[in-house]
Amino acid sequence: MSVPRYWRKQQNRYNLKGNKCETCGRYFFPPRAICPECRRDGKIVDYEFSGNGTVRTFSVIRTASDDYDIQTPYAIAIIELEEGTCMTAQVICDPDEIAIGMPVKSVFRKIISEGDSGVIVYGTKFVPA
Amino acid sequence: MVGIITYGAYIPRYRIKTEEIARVWGGANGAEIAAGLGVKEKSVPDLDEDTITMSVEAARYALARRDIPRDAIGGAIYVGSESHPYAVKPSSATVGEAIGATPVMTAADFEFACKAGTAGIQTCMGMVKSGMIQYGCAIGADTAQGAPGDALEYTASAGGAAIFIGEDNPIAEINHTCSFTTDTPDFWRREGQTYPSHGGRFSGDPAYFKHVQGAARLMLEQMGTEPSDYDYAIFHQQCKVPPRKVSGMLGFTKEQIGPPGLAVPTLGNTYSGAVPVGISATLDVAKPGERIFVTSYGSGAGSDAFDITVTDAIESDVFNRSAAPTVKELLADGKYLDYALYAKHKGKIVMQ
Repeated sequence: MSVPRYWRKQQNRYNLKGNKCETCGRYFFPPRAICPECRRDGKIVDYEFSGNGTVRTFSVIRTASDDYDIQTPYAIAIIELEEGTCMTAQVICDPDEIAIGMPVKSVFRKIISEGDSGVIVYGTKFVPA
Repeated sequence: MVGIITYGAYIPRYRIKTEEIARVWGGANGAEIAAGLGVKEKSVPDLDEDTITMSVEAARYALARRDIPRDAIGGAIYVGSESHPYAVKPSSATVGEAIGATPVMTAADFEFACKAGTAGIQTCMGMVKSGMIQYGCAIGADTAQGAPGDALEYTASAGGAAIFIGEDNPIAEINHTCSFTTDTPDFWRREGQTYPSHGGRFSGDPAYFKHVQGAARLMLEQMGTEPSDYDYAIFHQQCKVPPRKVSGMLGFTKEQIGPPGLAVPTLGNTYSGAVPVGISATLDVAKPGERIFVTSYGSGAGSDAFDITVTDAIESDVFNRSAAPTVKELLADGKYLDYALYAKHKGKIVMQ
């Protein structure tokens, strides 16, 4: 990932900053410019998610790309945030422990280190609540 | 008066027993080594944890206990550590971003071996008292380094705490602080080196004991107090022996140094995090009116002493102590690693 690309999404990754449509009440993560339901009638405002959610589904990664290899086996899940929207993130737990419907909460962790001299990317992961 | 507005500690979930490290490096006398150090086990960071992630979690726990307006949080953020993930790029800026305190704030990373966290507290106190900032956040955190097979490895652990300093209704007033510093090469790590070196027994009398006693006696003299005036005493804790010994030399009792303030037997030495975690563990249980004596130690060498009085605010509506886990809770429910997995977690295995 290039440094500017990582930096542009930094606020979203660090603090789960998304947005919501005040017209229909839907939440979006990552943030959307326009509400797909309300279109021109939608009023989009910034929103910081609480970080509480549940595991909707998951997959255990046992063979990963080089940057993530040290962490295998690890679980990647689609997390349904309590506000109603979903996001994909790593769940830090024993891969045998994760289950659909498991309550989780957000934590601040290192996502990857780009080699020994590249940038270190931080962001949000989840742990069992 | 200037004081502690809120606090939060963070300790990773993984643990390794002293006997497991001794099994690999110490021959058959693991139980003796553990008993001699007074350290049963130590915390180990997860594969994706470092000083920045632990500092963020500690600061977020502190903010969960007390609502500080976002635009006022970060008058100043100082992260003290020996294990900043970058040699050049501030940990404190990432912490500021992750707690929503940027951009109107000043920030810097501190290093003074194991006392960089308390140096941050002093800096924040000065800036608050001079009116430069409303709140300052001082963090001491480390993924402590110790070379495989070195004596340091038995205790070098991971953890830290964030202490927010301000004048607006503090939960604990800092009555006074003073320091004692000399050029004493008892422990160091050169640029580019992975592990620190140390002077063995030289880190005792001319280093730890001289400086801790120097700052502590200065505090007692300047405040006109006796050790018996304090309910708790927190000293830097590499293992159980030095804080016990120095507290005896100064006239403090075993009850005063605790637990709660003495967390090292099941946490290990969190280097820059040691005294901030000790302060947090004490504030987890302290009652209004109780007085806390604190003396940190950083090799190289120096000590910072603090005289703290807990206020009524700690039990008032402005502060919710149970909104974040206590140090005792963070230390419970550890997941134990064997030496091989511990070596992987600590990056001690060279990968191609």
